[in-house]
Amino acid sequence: MKKHLLAIAAVTVVGALLPLTSSAQTTDTLAKVKASGAITMGVRESSGALSYTLGEGKYVGYHVELCQRIITDIEKSIGKKLEVKYQPVTSQNRIPLVQNGTIDIECGSTTNNATRQKDVSFLVTAYMEQVRIAVKANSGITKIEQLTGKNVATTTGTTSVQLLRKHERATGVDFKEIFGKDHADSFLLLDSGRADAFVMDGSILIGNIMNSKNPADFKIVGEVLSNEPIGIMVRKDDAALKKIGDATIAALAKSGELNKLYDKWFLQAIPPKNVKLDLPATAETKAAWATLSDKPLEDYAKK
Amino acid sequence: MNWDWQIFCKETTTGDQIMGCFGKGQDVTYLDWILSAWGQTLVVSACALVVALMVGLVIGTFRTLPQSPWLVRIGNAWVELFRNIPLLVQIFLWYFVLPAIFPALQQVPSMILVIFALGFFTSARVAEQVRAGIQALPRGQRYAGMAVGFTTAQTYRFVLLPMALRIVIPPLTSESMNIVKNSSVAFAVSIAELTFFARQSGEETGQPVLMYLAVSVLYAVSAFGINRVMAWVENRTRVPGFVAAGGMGGGH
Repeated sequence: MKKHLLAIAAVTVVGALLPLTSSAQTTDTLAKVKASGAITMGVRESSGALSYTLGEGKYVGYHVELCQRIITDIEKSIGKKLEVKYQPVTSQNRIPLVQNGTIDIECGSTTNNATRQKDVSFLVTAYMEQVRIAVKANSGITKIEQLTGKNVATTTGTTSVQLLRKHERATGVDFKEIFGKDHADSFLLLDSGRADAFVMDGSILIGNIMNSKNPADFKIVGEVLSNEPIGIMVRKDDAALKKIGDATIAALAKSGELNKLYDKWFLQAIPPKNVKLDLPATAETKAAWATLSDKPLEDYAKK
Repeated sequence: MNWDWQIFCKETTTGDQIMGCFGKGQDVTYLDWILSAWGQTLVVSACALVVALMVGLVIGTFRTLPQSPWLVRIGNAWVELFRNIPLLVQIFLWYFVLPAIFPALQQVPSMILVIFALGFFTSARVAEQVRAGIQALPRGQRYAGMAVGFTTAQTYRFVLLPMALRIVIPPLTSESMNIVKNSSVAFAVSIAELTFFARQSGEETGQPVLMYLAVSVLYAVSAFGINRVMAWVENRTRVPGFVAAGGMGGGH
């Protein structure tokens, strides 16, 4: 009897896995959306000003607005009005959802790196993120060397965790890393004094500081730990969609409208709390606008 | 979906493939990492299980004491407190709220906090099972203890608990297996255990499905290991002729 049960269990497991292995997905998104009349945009619940929710199924942000422009161009190219559906995604599920066709274009805060480029394609970079250190304003910490032996918080499931490991290995500086399960948690670690610093994407740090009870209690210090290209994701080898998306961003960059779009989300007061992030475009972001490219993070480090 | 099991031989920082899959010196492969994460899961589960069984035994006994209304009330309060609050909320209470009230707790390692949080949560459930076991015994057992002149403590030690605990081994087995699975909440307070590993390495390698699969297997193996240990305990402590205990399920 036991052997039978094992056999049945094995068959069930294999049966459940098989559909995963056969990924005969269509890569022609344009034909797909033309046929269905709807396009699904992957968005984030809270990725700073790049992509976040206002509640009630409304999603806004710099990347979301960029994607809306791209969708307008897609509509022109296929000559049909499209219904736009928003699908919130997480760090864990965004790539599988792009691959299996649940979402057609992901407009969140995904770092464009070589590992991911094996699975998906990125449009040209319109935003460069800087990984920074946030500390309590009264802590006296001004540079990363002062964090030796201190508790450094970061969020599970982000590239910052690996970045800290790399930094430790390269410099021999030894932090005690502690991990929040999401950005709000990591910030709470800093706020409650369990962590002396919070290492994360600059826009996320600023967003959390601005939304805290007392923004003056925190400050962002030290050198930029890493510059990361943040990209809009589409299915791999979907050349037609990528071409339209790239062309949209290129046109916006050329006309200077990309700059205005950036101002709107990173310098002006943004909903829902009408706070200003005051995050002027960095030299790296401006360079990305000047010479558009979809090269991964690793290629930036080389030069 | 490509199944690249070689990913476990990769170095976690440089991304080099390591021969033999186990890193030496500074090198740490994903295989090394998942094994150490497994270790953390096992340490948290085992320590929490010890806390849960000890506290649960005491509290469960309290709740059945015939002439100590205050101990009964303490026992009731304990069970209701720890049983009625979700586990994840309890962990956060221990980690963020209590240290805000008692600053000394800030210095306690999060590992200890998680062990106690998980242990106390489970102790409430163990206490209920112990109580059920004691109350399942015929009333005559308690009277028999009193009749031979035992104190209450002696009655419990030599008459009631030995039989009651045998009765509750099967539900305690489930509880012990649950503790392994519940230990996954420890990732929320920065314990580098299996769930933490799955989330982090899935992100780093771009193979979350593979990582969750490996982690699921390790959870299943751990829980099944505990199941086997408890089955062995059940077998060793069986009293011939005592119907409720031993592998004689079915009641014939």
